[in-house]
Amino acid sequence: MNALELNSIHKSFGTQRALENINLSVPTGSRTVIVGPSGSGKTTLLRMIAGFEFPDSGSLSLNGQILVDGTHSVPAHQRLIGYVPQDGALFPHMTVAANIGFGLADKGPTRQDRIAELMDSVALDSNMAKRWPHELSGGQQQRVALARALAQQPRLMLLDEPFSALDTGLRAAMRKMVARLLADAGVTTILVTHDQSEALSFADQLAVMRQGRLVQSGHPMDLYRYPDDEQTALFLGDAVVMPARIEAGWAHCDLGRIPVNSPDRNGSAQIMLRPEQLQINSSPTDSLGCPGVVTDRDFGGNTCTLTVELLPGKSEPGRSLLVRSSGMHAPPAGSAVHVTTLGNAHVLTG
Amino acid sequence: MPETLPSGIASAIPANSLRRSRGLFIGRGGAWVTGLSVLVSLLSLLPIIFVMGVSWQTGWAAIETLVFRPRVAELLINTVTLVVITLPLCVVLGVALAWLTERTNLPGRRWWSLLATAPLAVPAFVHSYAWVSLVPSIHGLPAGVLVSVIAYFPFLYLPVAATLRRLDPAIEDVAESLGLKPWAVFFRVVLPQLRLAICGGALLVGLHLLAEYGLYAMIRFDTFTTAIFDQFKSTFNGPAANMLAGVLALCCLAMLTAESAARGSARYARVGSGSARDQRIVRLDANTTLLALTLQIVTCALALGVPLITLSKWLIAGGSEVWQAADLLPALQQTLLLGVAGAALTTCAAIPIAWLSIRSPGRLQRVLESCNYITSSLPGIVVALALVTVTIHFARPIYQTTITVLLAYLLMFLPRALVSLRAGIAQAPVELENMARSLGRSPGRALWLITLRLAAPGAAAGAALVFLAITNELTATLLLAPNGTRTLATGFWAMTSEIDYAAAAPYALIMILLSLPLTGLLYHQSKRTAGR
Repeated sequence: MNALELNSIHKSFGTQRALENINLSVPTGSRTVIVGPSGSGKTTLLRMIAGFEFPDSGSLSLNGQILVDGTHSVPAHQRLIGYVPQDGALFPHMTVAANIGFGLADKGPTRQDRIAELMDSVALDSNMAKRWPHELSGGQQQRVALARALAQQPRLMLLDEPFSALDTGLRAAMRKMVARLLADAGVTTILVTHDQSEALSFADQLAVMRQGRLVQSGHPMDLYRYPDDEQTALFLGDAVVMPARIEAGWAHCDLGRIPVNSPDRNGSAQIMLRPEQLQINSSPTDSLGCPGVVTDRDFGGNTCTLTVELLPGKSEPGRSLLVRSSGMHAPPAGSAVHVTTLGNAHVLTG
Repeated sequence: MPETLPSGIASAIPANSLRRSRGLFIGRGGAWVTGLSVLVSLLSLLPIIFVMGVSWQTGWAAIETLVFRPRVAELLINTVTLVVITLPLCVVLGVALAWLTERTNLPGRRWWSLLATAPLAVPAFVHSYAWVSLVPSIHGLPAGVLVSVIAYFPFLYLPVAATLRRLDPAIEDVAESLGLKPWAVFFRVVLPQLRLAICGGALLVGLHLLAEYGLYAMIRFDTFTTAIFDQFKSTFNGPAANMLAGVLALCCLAMLTAESAARGSARYARVGSGSARDQRIVRLDANTTLLALTLQIVTCALALGVPLITLSKWLIAGGSEVWQAADLLPALQQTLLLGVAGAALTTCAAIPIAWLSIRSPGRLQRVLESCNYITSSLPGIVVALALVTVTIHFARPIYQTTITVLLAYLLMFLPRALVSLRAGIAQAPVELENMARSLGRSPGRALWLITLRLAAPGAAAGAALVFLAITNELTATLLLAPNGTRTLATGFWAMTSEIDYAAAAPYALIMILLSLPLTGLLYHQSKRTAGR
């Protein structure tokens, strides 16, 4: 069952089109990530779901209840949708406990217990209850913001780049904690981010936005492996995109003959391979694959990204490829290598 | 858990909460706020409508004779010169003192900060009275500029100091890391961020210069306002005075346009992650410290020393005879009553307009705000005469009652509440209000719980400013108050009109003492930052 349904949402600010024909279904209890570059309209979409912005046309429903359509709109305070913005937006004139308790309807003696429980759930020490927001670190502020949003037991949780202000280590830890917490609570969640690795790791469902349009959505693994177009492919990670001639399930390209995942396609097309699908072989005795030379080696610890220039063909200059290699066995720049492929190439449609 | 929630919640939402019509999507609260703002602004247009109505009755030929004459040119030159010289001096003095007390290690800076606020406690016409007593020959433009600067610079000092305290120090750090020298950081980074405070303060001072009567009457410097008052007093020549008021209203419109253009549309609220750090303090070297202390001492001597010395002199000369309890006590009571009621009314009326001006600035909101500024820039006597005429014709039951007096205060002093309130609301980013709404608070409750709480220091500052203004208000009170009303200001004026400077001294002293705690409160409130 779908919790949230967006149908043909359009929104303009003056002459600027912010959102164009957005359709999206968010299954109950899932974690959907909307990813896209800055200015792609993802925050506008999130604020629209929260009830801070209104569409020019289209409708939006949650658990079968219409939140917005052509004639009606449920105001933000009646939507029961939790919202955690990028900077937490803690109320500066309230303590941590007052911030968390803000959305609690319960004014009785159990209120303090509930606040303590919420603080515990986001791993905040109980002695922080009396602190002021300006006395907390960025990570602590985000935990308070999350506890505050969870307090009202929201039907849907909206997270607007909540980890982007945190440092790398903390970011991954917070992401895991939030994912576990929301899964335990069974809260349907939408996260907005421009960070593709965050998107891929957090999502059950991934939606890619570009220039106000939702260009593709689906399971993160599917989007990563089978993007519709080159832009989406490159946005979700490094990719090798090259022209090819497709015939009977095989692509003929600079890398030779590679099987493709669209047996029905024929003719010219762009194909995509992820760097981890390319393997290099630097053994002088084994000449399997396409010959090339390593021109650059980018050491990244456990993995190494190599730039390999294929030897020039008859009519075309040599093509450069990115290839991942284990950090320990990466050949130095200048080495002669052979490049082989793993699995199928994906034929881009866009 | 959530799976069990939907149907229950969906049915719990009242059907009538689903609003029709796209136009109302900004929210019912927003529509209410806009409605209230329009109402307050329409009310504030009464005096302008009065002036225009009288002009219409007068006819163009008579207007030409009344406006295009040497006397009007002379008044215009006087008023413009006064504004052009006084405003920059006030800005420089206000910003310099604010920077010294907020950002340097100047010895006793907390005391200097308090002393820079204190001149607000002395009514402008008492400053004048003090100077005339000390130097009887003082008059004309130089005297006008001198007394105006020392009476009004705190209107710039207060908002600038408050803003300096709240600026994000990280921005200055970044500027310095980009290779800017300290003075360049001040001029290129700090000063531009003070724009809102400087514009607001300068507008307030400018409006006072246009509307003040007592200060200039006492030092015999003719401005439009003194001329209008004289015209009424001597000949009750309505059209002549009204035409002068028309020109004055045009001056104010020009000033408003200039402020509006200078204000810009930048956002000044700090919305960042992590905790805000304390401001950096600049260490002054010995010579600069000496120079800074001299500036503080001279300012203090002129703004506080002169009134205190003069008052002491008259009080000693007058002895115990001038303390007539039978006259003074009722005057004190009535002043308190009018001040408290007027401040509460005016601050409440300013909330919708201030909220709109920050949250959805647009043409309508600027027009509404301008209505209030124009009215408040009109001399008290024009507002008063408009209300006299209107109440006699259309609202007889409130003619010559306290309600009319309070209405006049509302029309005259709304910008005081507005400027402070606006700066206060600018400190509460709209994201926080949205957050409260997402946590189940209605727009009205969110406004009350978040924005108004955060804007409370600004609102309190605004209310205190209005109270101070009412305590010192003269002309409208003289004209509108029910028979037998005698406030401290009107009592003081009655005595000085009889050249009984000694008998006027106790009234002046009580006005100052009454204003002092409020000035202290103003000072304290402006020190407070959100959540501390």
